[in-house]
Amino acid sequence: MTSQLGKSRAAMEILRRARLLPSSSSVTQNRTIYKYVGENVESDGTLKGDTSRAFNQLFLVELFRGMGVVAGHIFMEPATINYPFEKGPLGARFRGEHALRRYPSGEERCIACKLCEAICPAQAITIEAEPRPDGSRRTTRYDIDMTKCIYCGLCQEACPVDAIVEGPNFEYSTETHEELLYNKEKLLSNGDRWEPEIAANIQ
Amino acid sequence: MYRVPQLTRLATTGARIVTSSARGQQTAAAPEKIEVFIDGKKVLVEPGMTILQACALVGVDIPRFCYHDRLSIAGNCRMCLVEVEKSIKPVASCAMPVMKGMRVKTDSPLTKKAREGVMEFLLVNHPLDCPICDQGGECDLQDQSMGFGSDRGRHQNQYDGKRAVEDKNMGPLVKTSMNRCIQCTRCIRFANEVAGVPDLGSTGRGNDMQIGTYVDKFFASELSGNVIDLCPVGALTNKPYSFMARPWETRKTESVDVMDALGSNIVISHRTGEVMRIIPRMNDDVNEEWISDKTRFVTDGLKRQRLLAPMIKEGGQLKQVDWEEALYVVARKLRQTPADQIAGVAGGLVDTEALVALKDLLNRFNCENLYTEESFPTVNGGGIDLRTNYIMNDRIMGVEDSDALLLIGTNPRYEAPVFNARIRKSFIHYNLDVGLIGSPVDLTYDYDHVGTNAKALDDLLAGKGSFAEKLKSAKKPMVVVGAGVLQGPQGAALLAKVHQLADQLRSKQSDKSWKVVNVLQRVAGQVAALDIGYKPSVEALRDGKKSIKLLFLLGADEASVSRRDIGSDTFVVYQGHHGDAGAEIADVILPGAAYTEKESTYVNTEGRSQKTLPAVQPPGLARVDWKILRALSEIAGKALPYSSIQEMRQRLAQVAPHLTRYGEVQEANYLKQSMELTEKSSSAVNAELKPAQLELADFYMTNSITRASPTMAECVRAARKHQQNPHIEQPKRHTAASAM
Repeated sequence: MTSQLGKSRAAMEILRRARLLPSSSSVTQNRTIYKYVGENVESDGTLKGDTSRAFNQLFLVELFRGMGVVAGHIFMEPATINYPFEKGPLGARFRGEHALRRYPSGEERCIACKLCEAICPAQAITIEAEPRPDGSRRTTRYDIDMTKCIYCGLCQEACPVDAIVEGPNFEYSTETHEELLYNKEKLLSNGDRWEPEIAANIQ
Repeated sequence: MYRVPQLTRLATTGARIVTSSARGQQTAAAPEKIEVFIDGKKVLVEPGMTILQACALVGVDIPRFCYHDRLSIAGNCRMCLVEVEKSIKPVASCAMPVMKGMRVKTDSPLTKKAREGVMEFLLVNHPLDCPICDQGGECDLQDQSMGFGSDRGRHQNQYDGKRAVEDKNMGPLVKTSMNRCIQCTRCIRFANEVAGVPDLGSTGRGNDMQIGTYVDKFFASELSGNVIDLCPVGALTNKPYSFMARPWETRKTESVDVMDALGSNIVISHRTGEVMRIIPRMNDDVNEEWISDKTRFVTDGLKRQRLLAPMIKEGGQLKQVDWEEALYVVARKLRQTPADQIAGVAGGLVDTEALVALKDLLNRFNCENLYTEESFPTVNGGGIDLRTNYIMNDRIMGVEDSDALLLIGTNPRYEAPVFNARIRKSFIHYNLDVGLIGSPVDLTYDYDHVGTNAKALDDLLAGKGSFAEKLKSAKKPMVVVGAGVLQGPQGAALLAKVHQLADQLRSKQSDKSWKVVNVLQRVAGQVAALDIGYKPSVEALRDGKKSIKLLFLLGADEASVSRRDIGSDTFVVYQGHHGDAGAEIADVILPGAAYTEKESTYVNTEGRSQKTLPAVQPPGLARVDWKILRALSEIAGKALPYSSIQEMRQRLAQVAPHLTRYGEVQEANYLKQSMELTEKSSSAVNAELKPAQLELADFYMTNSITRASPTMAECVRAARKHQQNPHIEQPKRHTAASAM
């Protein structure tokens, strides 16, 4: 391993001396290949060139070539998708609408530890908690102001029980501001609706 | 019983020997300081100090769990291990006294390794349930595991898992989660040493060791809440506060307690305009770092039974009105009623600002009928004209210097629990001899029961009995008389007798600043009320000599004046924060602010003025009390000359300058004159001295706030049930005969 490394280091030195590799101190570049990006010259000034130009202009060659491209694309598959009937692919870690998950038993996961509330940089989360009659620690209020949220995903990073997650849903635009102030009920119902997708993404 | 011999005390409480010797406790010359090296830094320390204390002197903080300044040293958590040169093994710094030339390394690899090892063992059996633990965010184990913990455990055994311990039911105040316990034994030591209730203890050995109450019982102590603060992990937590808030989301306001006359320093922790919990603030002169359960758990009382809006009684029904209407009605009455038919009565929770404002207001209408609900003898012996008569002259701290203490008709355990803890501390560490005249109660330490009748005072005056000898030979005797037994017709004579005894004891004193006579007040507002000239008794209103047509009750909730006393045609105005006895008889209610909602001044039983700061807003339409009175004065046409808190404070300073010297005690003078005014009588005072609070169940509900608190009601229920528990030894009456 070390001898290999030594060898390659020696080779690099040779190349650097031959000015094939940039030296560490100053970067010098010798460029030899240029590409012309300006307007094509229509004629090179010879008789042949002038005749060819006259031919192209007279018979609208460019126009027909363009028509040919159009005609070709008619038979090709379109690049756009038919939203909302079709949707593009989403990554497993896509951060969309929030949801509160439940355990398979139906028990809500959230234990009101308030870590998401603490970490939220936009302070979009509000939690209130008290002991449930059975003595367990649960929230009485779990609100997310979706208009404050910046979708950083820190809440789901902070959650020790994977209760709050940002699911794959991104279609929840509303007509009023108030509808975007989510409460616990809304978040839990989101969780119930999106559980299969969320569970698959978390895997 | 738990008295610590002098010699071992030197070893255990080295740091405090320094302070006590400064106060003249230690008669021997201060021993020569020895030098030790902490991380190469030279430091001169008193012999007998521990390494941990020496490190604290140079600002090196040693991690610890079991060590606590105010408790005895256990040395069982091993977290404070440090390397000492020439010692093979690391040394537990909390229990190791310094030795000459000792070289301590607190950040060496050996020390670090030792701490990491200890932390690993502690975490083996600790459930990692920080997210649902109420201590999360203020947990010593959490903090220290960030420094010394590993990110993975090696000891995890997948077959038998972590140790599981059953939770104990310790009553309605302390919630237990014994899985989290790291057996530091701080709670046990607190219960045994400070609270004096040996209810907590450990059972089992090694891995089976458990902390508990032995049998399933209520932790019957008036100081039980302090174990919550002491517990370094989340094993003992605040039950009413459980899961309510996290420490990082609450705001803290430093304030003063009003549940008893001590004025314990507190921190009010609040969030979204709601008081979440109350925790103690350190003040060595007043409450050290303890507070009573009433102080700590009264928070839910502040949210219930509150008066939210001004109300006027119409046809026997109270109707909600706006401020303007209510104030106009009261102002009209104030203008119409002749001065001698107006009276004001102040309750025990009223702040000094409101007291001064009410006095100024009624004085402007030429009315001098200002009374406090709590009575105090005015005739015979200077009465309330001289401050020496009604404050605790030798201070709360004085108990530690004193060598003989006579309690008369008081049960400090329930009237001032933190003061009782101080007496107990003095009893254990400084060999204080305690005597009691009054009902024999369990004070958590041994005392000479001199008698239940005030006649016993004459025996002491005559020098009869063993405790008389102790008092006579004491260098700094203290006599503490409870304000409770000074009520009633016999009060004046009793106070005179107490003065007589104190004078006798004082005549042999070399230290002239030592005043011997002390009064333990029961309510927070009393000293201030007497300082600014309220008359301490509502007898004048009750006996029917005065026909009162307008009665202004300022937070007077102890039902000292009833409708029967004053007649049905009297117009009663109640200003206060809780719908209690006062509001019940009121024709107009002006909603005021509780002590957590206003910036106000309270003077404690030793005459120390302290101020509260507003943590939350008063609920509903309620307003700060002195501002209500100020508004009323303006409507009534005689505006008081202050409209801001600064101007109000200036007025306080005019009335009595000590009221605005916060944190300081104004010495009471004219002791000699007070003695000259005292009528010496040779006839005995025949009165049974029975304090109002004899048992734990009597402790919890003593004022309008505590009466509104469901937690306090639950405590009373638990305490009563506890008494009926056949498996529990009934509290024994500590007397000297049963001692040692």
